[in-house]
Amino acid sequence: MTTDHGLNINNLSMRFDLPNGGSVQALKNVNLHLKSGELMSVLGPSGCGKTTLLNIIAGFLAPTEGEIQLNGSTVTGPSAERGMVFQQGALFEWMSVRENVGFGPKMKGTPKGEIRETVDHLLDTVGLGDFKEKAVYELSGGMQQRVALARCLANDPDVILMDEPLGALDALTREKMQSLVLKLWKETGKTIILITHSVEEALLLGERLLVMAPRPGRIHREYRLPFADLGVDQDLREVKKHPDYAEKREEILSMIWDMEEEIMGRMEAQS
Amino acid sequence: MSIFTQLISELFNILATFVMVLPYLIGYVLLIMLTLGIWRIVRRFMTPKQDFGALKTVTFGDESAVTSNSAASVISIVLIFVLWGSFTGSRWLPSVLHMPGAFQGEAGFSYTIELPDGSTQDATVDVVVFGAGENSPKLSVDEGAQSAKNDGVVIQAYRNKLLKWDANDEFSRKDGAKIIAINGQSIAPGGEAFVSNLRVAVTPKGTLNIEPNKGVQMEPIWLPAPEAVKDRLVEIATAGFKNFMLVEHLGYSLFRVIVGFFFGALVGIPLGYAMGLSDWFRGWFDPIVEFMRPVPPLALIPLVIIWAGIGEVGKIILLFLAALWIMAIAARAGVSGVRISKVHAAYSLGASKWQIMRYVIVPNSLPEIFTGARVAMGVCWGTVVAAELVAAEKGAGMMIMVASKFQQTDVVILGIILIGAIGFAIDMLMRWAEKIMVPWKGRG
Ligand SMILES: Nc1ncnc2c1ncn2[C@@H]1O[C@H](COP(=O)(O)OP(=O)(O)O)[C@@H](O)[C@H]1O
Ligand SMILES: [Mg+2]
Repeated sequence: MTTDHGLNINNLSMRFDLPNGGSVQALKNVNLHLKSGELMSVLGPSGCGKTTLLNIIAGFLAPTEGEIQLNGSTVTGPSAERGMVFQQGALFEWMSVRENVGFGPKMKGTPKGEIRETVDHLLDTVGLGDFKEKAVYELSGGMQQRVALARCLANDPDVILMDEPLGALDALTREKMQSLVLKLWKETGKTIILITHSVEEALLLGERLLVMAPRPGRIHREYRLPFADLGVDQDLREVKKHPDYAEKREEILSMIWDMEEEIMGRMEAQS
Repeated sequence: MSIFTQLISELFNILATFVMVLPYLIGYVLLIMLTLGIWRIVRRFMTPKQDFGALKTVTFGDESAVTSNSAASVISIVLIFVLWGSFTGSRWLPSVLHMPGAFQGEAGFSYTIELPDGSTQDATVDVVVFGAGENSPKLSVDEGAQSAKNDGVVIQAYRNKLLKWDANDEFSRKDGAKIIAINGQSIAPGGEAFVSNLRVAVTPKGTLNIEPNKGVQMEPIWLPAPEAVKDRLVEIATAGFKNFMLVEHLGYSLFRVIVGFFFGALVGIPLGYAMGLSDWFRGWFDPIVEFMRPVPPLALIPLVIIWAGIGEVGKIILLFLAALWIMAIAARAGVSGVRISKVHAAYSLGASKWQIMRYVIVPNSLPEIFTGARVAMGVCWGTVVAAELVAAEKGAGMMIMVASKFQQTDVVILGIILIGAIGFAIDMLMRWAEKIMVPWKGRG
């Protein structure tokens, strides 16, 4: 199943060789296709290869087998067409909010006036219109993640990769940020892959929800969900009252629970 | 085995000294507690200050509850000067605060000699004690009519003098005359007697050793009064010291530090970057840097003198070496300490390697480099003073070394104060620069 448009992950495997001579099979035979503009969330117990998958898509790691194709061309390294949002600490503290957001265009050599316009627009969109000239370390964690989103969008990438972007935020801020992610997704039409540890977040922020299993890291199950589309113009708390929501949540929670149990069991057996 | 016993005996000497000092330490601590008590009482009568700290019930173990009490700082500094002035009889202090000083003025005693035939005779000794730095006064003595003539002696404060009392007498010690009493108290050779303001001892050979009372103040040659140090500051600042003006001495020291540090940073920072970015450079320089780092720069002084002499070049090479390794290690740490997510973010925002170097790695390393620079400046300042102690024609260290040879303790103390003040100022300056240049330090 190969198409020229969207993101293709073909038969991807990743093995890390360890210094002690052993190796870890972080990913095995992962196949996936994302259409342009799709929003996919990824769940799975720790160590099932979520970050590794994202790093390969971003081009930070070369897979031991398989390949990634974006709009028909093979990924060989990082590039501005695949933006990345990290959990925290990836902003440049030595730059103001404005300079952080304008970083990508500046690297491309975009004229200053144009950068200014883009940055102003994006910061207004993410609700930081009054903080443009602030230093990033003066902002709260939630605001910093808004800056990170704006910085990524300023480059107008085709795909946005998010590795637990809201993991370090408190519950209330997190809920607001989830709405913001949905709003930006709808407005920009970007392809987004979002890794999360929270089942609720995965349900709300995924048209598609991928559950991965560990050892070796692989796709365990995939869901198609209506909640992301509903959340675009509804309050997320209303979305959670949807009749299917609680059922799906229980199903996925117990699935992950079982996997974690199995990991624990294996660790006990080893020792 | 013998080195072991030697060290043990040294250890006993040190312990003995420590035990001797201990009462003073305890006294000092008691003084601190006393002022604390007074301060608490005083504060109770003032309007109570309202802050959150005052509402805390748990303060022990909460380090945020402990801030420096500025009253204690002021008292501590003032006390140092008061003690200094008190033990040196400073003019700046009212004399009630002075410790008893060395005796100056006129004193005297009488002695009794016994002749071989058993007869005794009395004579007097007039003593005049004059202060250090004063001209020794003339003393005329009425020798009297008896055959044991009266004597007179002029002594400088803190010194003693041997008196050959028989030099002017008709009987000498060779004739078997000997002193048997001072002021009527009987005394034997090797014994001593205390008369007002004097200690008079009879030596085994029978002469008199006269020592005026020293009090408990410090002799200026050990510790000059604060005003003497200030006067010396004025004198050196206007007239210079050993052919060079004070600003020249201090200016040269500072010049060496700044130039040496500059070149050390100029070479050390790129070296550290290379080590942080390339495994080949890392492997090449790691053994060199790791070996050179623990070598104290002072240990290099002899070699640098052999190679480059005692001129400016030698000193600057020394300071260059002192700063080089510190700066290289700081820059290396700054580069290796970059969070990989920052670099990844920059790559996926389209930055090239060169742009990542310029916009991410270099600014990210600045806080570490500033910390290194502060350390390096401190080490350079210490090293320059030590190098000047060894060999220099001008400089702060040379000043105190030469002064100590001429026993100009006031210059030595002045020099130490100036060296401390400049070192402190350098550190303050570096902190300030750090605040301006890397305001994000520690907030990433
Ligand atoms: N650079 C690496 N070297 C060795 N093993 C690695 C490396 N990166 C990840 N791994 C291993 O690969 C597996 C997947 O890791 P990761 O992708 O970080 O999982 P997740 O993000 O799902 O928690 C883990 O077992 C981890 O220990
Ligand atoms: Mg991860």
